[in-house]
Amino acid sequence: MAGQAVPLFHPGTSLVHRLGAGTKLLSLLVAGVALTVWRAPWQIAVAFVVVLAAYAVARLPVRLLLRQVVRLAWIAVPLFAIQLLLASWQAAVGVVGSFVALVLLAGLVTLTTRTTAMVDVVVRVAGWLRRFGVDPERVGLMLALGIRSVHVVLGLAEEVRDAQYARGLRASPRAFAVPLIVRSLRHADRLGEALAARGIDD
Amino acid sequence: MPEIRVDAVSHAFGDGATRRQVLRDVDLTLVEDRIGVVGGNGSGKSTFVRLLNGLIHPDEGRVTVDGLDTVRDGREVRRRVGFCFTDPDAQIVMPTVAEDIAFGLRRRGLSTAEREERTRAALTAYGLENHADHPAHLLSGGQKQLLALASVLVTDPDVLVLDEPTTLLDLRNAAMVRRLVDGLRQQVILVTHHLDLLDGFDRVLVFDDGRVVHDGAPAEAVAAYRDLAMR
Repeated sequence: MAGQAVPLFHPGTSLVHRLGAGTKLLSLLVAGVALTVWRAPWQIAVAFVVVLAAYAVARLPVRLLLRQVVRLAWIAVPLFAIQLLLASWQAAVGVVGSFVALVLLAGLVTLTTRTTAMVDVVVRVAGWLRRFGVDPERVGLMLALGIRSVHVVLGLAEEVRDAQYARGLRASPRAFAVPLIVRSLRHADRLGEALAARGIDD
Repeated sequence: MPEIRVDAVSHAFGDGATRRQVLRDVDLTLVEDRIGVVGGNGSGKSTFVRLLNGLIHPDEGRVTVDGLDTVRDGREVRRRVGFCFTDPDAQIVMPTVAEDIAFGLRRRGLSTAEREERTRAALTAYGLENHADHPAHLLSGGQKQLLALASVLVTDPDVLVLDEPTTLLDLRNAAMVRRLVDGLRQQVILVTHHLDLLDGFDRVLVFDDGRVVHDGAPAEAVAAYRDLAMR
């Protein structure tokens, strides 16, 4: 599970891979704004055609796309059902479609862009924060740690779940959450120490 | 070799009733190429090595590396003293192998091209060139420890402190770490419970209850440590 948690960089030489990280992040931002405004079913259909075309141009394996779609199902399906019940099928398609399209687009950016390239862009963009005493490198570090932490926490969750099963405890949210939080905090402590040792805090 | 001076250092954790003295008046000068540190759990050895690159500041006394004070000149000290921990997972910051190695070079004032060149060289030197774009969290335990070492060594420190780097590794990977350490130009300070790793070392310190109770050649020091453990 941890190994498939969020998409990571998938090396390649496609046009999408060669686009600058800044261009891709800006496109993602524009798409995010556009999809909060344009939510008619036909507009969502166009968005999906664009997203699928971008995946095709990036020459990414289909399994990477499918894996993301499957992972989104647990939230997309209930969300669709609620919108269908409380609003209309058009609203359901608009809300869920824009959400799924955006997540797939974000996945495409991550799959075709090195984290360091994204960090470089974030550090450049956050440069103006320096006048307020904010270190742009730290903002970039937060992005990198955020991406890395998803895998770490999922890995810890697997360990806790295995330990629960080994002791015959099943479906106990408290027995799962407490050790997961404790382990995550301990990991954060050790990571902080390692960052300090590498001079990242200097 | 760099000169590390530990002058009358004492250190405690906690306050009041929870206060625990972990180091007591430690006085040492470390100039040897390969220095081992052994001792039981809670003997103070991990606290001791954390003093050497300023991760912990001593309550009393002073630690210097080539005259640089670990409290006053912490930044410069950390550039000279690399540190590798027991759990490589806690040291990996970036999602992929090459990016994690390059990460340590971000604040070194190097151009992107220089960073890439040094990263490539480190990947080759530590046998990770085929894993450059591999997700770091999917590496084996041995490969993760190699990555942690590569990420520290790419910054070319003068001293490398290793705090039980083989504790989570099997024999094969422990031997690989040993071979790697053998080939380093750096002064190495190794905390370990794997006593065979200390063969050929220049000096071994035995810690007990916050004090250095033996300081000498590996064979005698290991014998002294075994005696201590059997008491």
